[in-house]
Amino acid sequence: MEGHSTYQPQGKVARWFESRLPLVGLMHSSAVAYPTPKNLNYLWTFGAILTFMLVCQIVSGVVLAMHYTAYAPVSFARVEHIMRDVNYGWLIRYIHANGASMFFIAVYIHIFRGLYYGSYKAPREVLWILGVIIYLLMMATAFMGYVLPWGQMSYWGATVITNLFSAIPYVGETIVQWLWGGYSVGDPTLNRFFSLHYLLPFMIAGVVVLHIWALHHVGQNNPAGVDVKSVAKDTVPFTPYATVKDVFAMVVFLLFFAWFVFYIPNYLGHSDNYIPANPLSTPAHIVPEWYFLPFYAILRSVPDKLGGVLAMFGAIAVLAFLPWLDTSKVRSARYRPLFRQFFWIFAVVAVGLGYLGSQPAEGGFVIASRILTVYYFVHFLVILPVLGLIERPAPLPASIADAVLAKGAKGAALPAAKA
Amino acid sequence: MAHTETSGTNRRDFLYIATGAVGAVGAAGLAWPFISQLQPDQSVLALSTTEVDLSPVAEGQIITVQWRGKPIFIFNRAPKDVEAARAVPMSQLIDPQPDQDRVKAGHENFLVVIGICTHLGCVPLGHQGNYDGWFCPCHGSQYDSSGRVRVGPAPLNLPVPPYTFTSDTKIVIG
Repeated sequence: MEGHSTYQPQGKVARWFESRLPLVGLMHSSAVAYPTPKNLNYLWTFGAILTFMLVCQIVSGVVLAMHYTAYAPVSFARVEHIMRDVNYGWLIRYIHANGASMFFIAVYIHIFRGLYYGSYKAPREVLWILGVIIYLLMMATAFMGYVLPWGQMSYWGATVITNLFSAIPYVGETIVQWLWGGYSVGDPTLNRFFSLHYLLPFMIAGVVVLHIWALHHVGQNNPAGVDVKSVAKDTVPFTPYATVKDVFAMVVFLLFFAWFVFYIPNYLGHSDNYIPANPLSTPAHIVPEWYFLPFYAILRSVPDKLGGVLAMFGAIAVLAFLPWLDTSKVRSARYRPLFRQFFWIFAVVAVGLGYLGSQPAEGGFVIASRILTVYYFVHFLVILPVLGLIERPAPLPASIADAVLAKGAKGAALPAAKA
Repeated sequence: MAHTETSGTNRRDFLYIATGAVGAVGAAGLAWPFISQLQPDQSVLALSTTEVDLSPVAEGQIITVQWRGKPIFIFNRAPKDVEAARAVPMSQLIDPQPDQDRVKAGHENFLVVIGICTHLGCVPLGHQGNYDGWFCPCHGSQYDSSGRVRVGPAPLNLPVPPYTFTSDTKIVIG
């Protein structure tokens, strides 16, 4: 998109460099002059928060790797060494462990923002699919990172998740042994997980670059869901407007993050993971980290091994097809009265599945999981395609500027009405 | 002249600088743990003293022990080695220091030095060279029976680590 200004290199050196590598110009056009819709709300700050969280996880993770050893007989003790011996090791490990949860909180807000405002619709399909790929990479990275402390939850989490692949007909067992590098989860598994846990964040960073590139190519969506018609009327330059807003949101998010790190650092973890891995005894109540719970509930709700695994992976894969499953041309839920209600039902179902994933798989919990799992798929495969055909959307504003002015006029009218 | 003050610095400038200052303090506070974690940790500091029993070290023998990951030479010198070391005129030394300053009174026979050549950090070989001391295989520096450098390129004597005799036959280094 055409920005609000163009970078003019000042001075001989800047001109010399810019004609050889237009790096400063690229930064200027994508982070200074880049036009952002003037009606963006705070839900649009989560992209910046997520970028910050990725950097936070990489920096704290590189430091932890300096003090950690991936070797089954010592890994548990090495993590305790970080907690007790290394200067501020406790802080850096708690930042990293809670940072993973914060990363997922931010990504779920980011994803639901996209769902509500139809950010996946044309021309943003590739942008959306790149996001789904980032989400998958995040899940793989988080899972492998959780294995590294080599506690009971690490060990049995690794066992359960890798055993998902044993559901594949005929070759399942062979694939699982290949994943393990042995006949059970063991030292070879730990070492390859450590290697991949270090690699994947950099792959995420690469896909994030593509994600931002795609975003800046097609332009941001906005709460009204209508396209930018006039850069001058509908947008403001990224700097200072979006930069300052993003930084402010980040500071507020950091307060929330710091509260976990300093006051309840183990609230989101499991106490069983402070028991060294024991291949001979599974903990009585085994659950994944909270951010996997909805998918765990879907896995358990299907009374068939292969079926459960397919449903779980299908629940994520269906997101990639969303741009074509939602048949409505209107992006924002603001102008889709029926979709807006189904969106909130879906949000409650997703949180409900998370709750059910944390409960034992018995009695009423199983029945509820089954109902919600069916609804999860019905939402994407039936409700969204049909809604686009039968729903009568509210009239769209002519432009972003009109949407902003209409809102302003309503606000201004209120005191007048009183008087 | 209130109006000139406000035109020079206004509320926005103050907020801008105050925010920047708070941000800088926060960034520095966050950076410190990440710098400090590179320093020796508690498990390393716990190993910073080494106790050595000297009773098995025979006269004329050099043993090597480890202290903070470094080799420490302990040389039980024969009386002739001590005399030779004390007879050398200061003017002949590259890094002049009397032998008396390099040992503990009452235990003059025991020389305790850090076994790292002061040139580029190699470990010199004992009982070699022309001065009844050490010879460094890397670049040919030689040390005498007091661990003092006699032939370059090493610029300084082998340093004496901090140590104390806790009994007649035991020392604690560090």
